[in-house]
Amino acid sequence: MNMNDAVFIILGFITLLGAVGVVSFTNIVHAALSLVMSFLGVAGLYFQLQAEFLGLVQIMVYAGAISVLIIFAIMLVMDRDPDQTNVSHKVNRWWGGLIALLFAAFIGFAIRESHFTGQAASTGADRLGQIAELVLGNYVIAFEVAAILLLVAVVGAIILAKGAKEQ
Amino acid sequence: MIGFQHYLLLATFLFAVGIYGVLTKRNAVAVLMSIELMLNSVNLNFVAINRYLVTDHAVGQLFALIVIVVAAAEVAVGLALIISIFRQRKSVNLNDFNLLKW
Repeated sequence: MNMNDAVFIILGFITLLGAVGVVSFTNIVHAALSLVMSFLGVAGLYFQLQAEFLGLVQIMVYAGAISVLIIFAIMLVMDRDPDQTNVSHKVNRWWGGLIALLFAAFIGFAIRESHFTGQAASTGADRLGQIAELVLGNYVIAFEVAAILLLVAVVGAIILAKGAKEQ
Repeated sequence: MIGFQHYLLLATFLFAVGIYGVLTKRNAVAVLMSIELMLNSVNLNFVAINRYLVTDHAVGQLFALIVIVVAAAEVAVGLALIISIFRQRKSVNLNDFNLLKW
């Protein structure tokens, strides 16, 4: 087992542990902090996959902005004892568990049976430059639509949270 | 030796945990957090495929970037909706949101 394998195993363990914490903590603030751990694990996996820019974006947007937004929203809508804020449905927990388990089993089996021919080439290419060329070249419309989507989302979020005035 | 399939398996397990959270949690914010987990697993798949199968250009990373943008917009609007409905119903339990059900 070389260094890369050990790093993958540790990061994957952190990611899955954080994800399981999100659904198993009964206090939703703890669940949100566990979510941050999972995000950071995924960011580490991006670095491991030589997607450095995406790893930094993951840390800034997910672990920074989205988690702070979620924690603020939790503080605004806390309506009962904090230890009872993230309980599962009494009946649906078994059905949900069954469906999730079946999903993981089927897809996992399919992945195990497939044969992929790809080989990780250590390119050392300028990935950030390639992304920049794609964003401002072939995919410029997707880029502009994403920008407009963010603007509309910000305005919509403000109006929804503040409440429009009755005319 | 860690390869492509291990990344796919990890993303599958992450997605399954997200499915479990969406189906079982009754707190609307917890459901949003589970959706974020699922989006993360999809992003992980995109980046792993870009690394192992399509190595000559970075289009997988670009897709992941756009998914991150959409996820940020989605979580902002979703939390605003939750705050707005909390003001009316004094609850974030999804079982109490039955305005459209008769």
